[in-house]
Amino acid sequence: MRSLEGKVAVVTGGSRGIGRAICVRLASMGALVYINYVSRSSAAEETQKIIQDAGNRAEIICFDVAQGDAVQEAFKKMVADAGSTDILVNNAGITRDGLMARMKESDWDEVMNTNLKGAFFCAKAASKAMMKKRWGRVINISSVSGVAGNPGQANYSAAKAGLIGLTKSMAREYASRNITVNSVAPGYIKTEMTDLLDEKTQEQLKRDIPLAVLGSPEDVAGAVAYLASEDGRYITGQTLHINGGMYM
Amino acid sequence: MAIEQKMIDIIVEQLSVEKEKVVANASFVDDLGADSLDLVELIMAMEEGFDIEIPDEDAEGITTVQDAIDYVKKLK
Repeated sequence: MRSLEGKVAVVTGGSRGIGRAICVRLASMGALVYINYVSRSSAAEETQKIIQDAGNRAEIICFDVAQGDAVQEAFKKMVADAGSTDILVNNAGITRDGLMARMKESDWDEVMNTNLKGAFFCAKAASKAMMKKRWGRVINISSVSGVAGNPGQANYSAAKAGLIGLTKSMAREYASRNITVNSVAPGYIKTEMTDLLDEKTQEQLKRDIPLAVLGSPEDVAGAVAYLASEDGRYITGQTLHINGGMYM
Repeated sequence: MAIEQKMIDIIVEQLSVEKEKVVANASFVDDLGADSLDLVELIMAMEEGFDIEIPDEDAEGITTVQDAIDYVKKLK
């Protein structure tokens, strides 16, 4: 299904984990994918190689989503080089977990700046080209933490819930320009982030999930692909929950 | 004259209005039917067309065709 032929996609935090799976999937549908990363160039190169080895197209672009000026520059460059930014996946995210009683202000700010403000910067920059083309897809990667809450993640869940609010307002503002804006809220997905959890926690998690397994990054990528494709054109302002039923 | 003509072309294109309606004192919102998002796009088209940057605080003051022409003339 190469329904994204001719489209340009930008995936923030696209070098590994869920972001990588999204990059691979969108590229397999024919999109030229920009893999954004900030810290690990080797991981971004690996993602690019996976895509190119499959005969698809990917570029790498390094910028910190939390830096407004850098974001603007990067989108200018991508539009100049590729002609547009048709699909934006705001996936870049960090965690600074800890009980709220002991959470430092810097833990709060860093998570907010990357996970929420970063999405605002990128969406604002990307939407210019989308408005011009009267076509666009913005997909914000939220989290089950943002809808159900999670002890130890006051900052993360606030940012991820914030993304859902951003999604809905953006969806209303940009609908007249044929730009859809949606969220995807993954549950527990097998990535480096969840590999850090000890075995006991992982076992407990599986008991909380009706489908009784962790999800894969590809499960999330499938939802993003659906929203980005023409099949998803009548869906806007929504949140798709990809969580094995752990929150309904 | 060149700036006037080019500005009118940009406005006609962006707002999909007839050229005759784009007179100097026409207001984008009241006379030419622009909504707030149209205004944002119009400013973006002006920036591109004249190769200038219009800060948000200046953009707020551009509400008529004449405002827009005056603004660009001042910069050129």
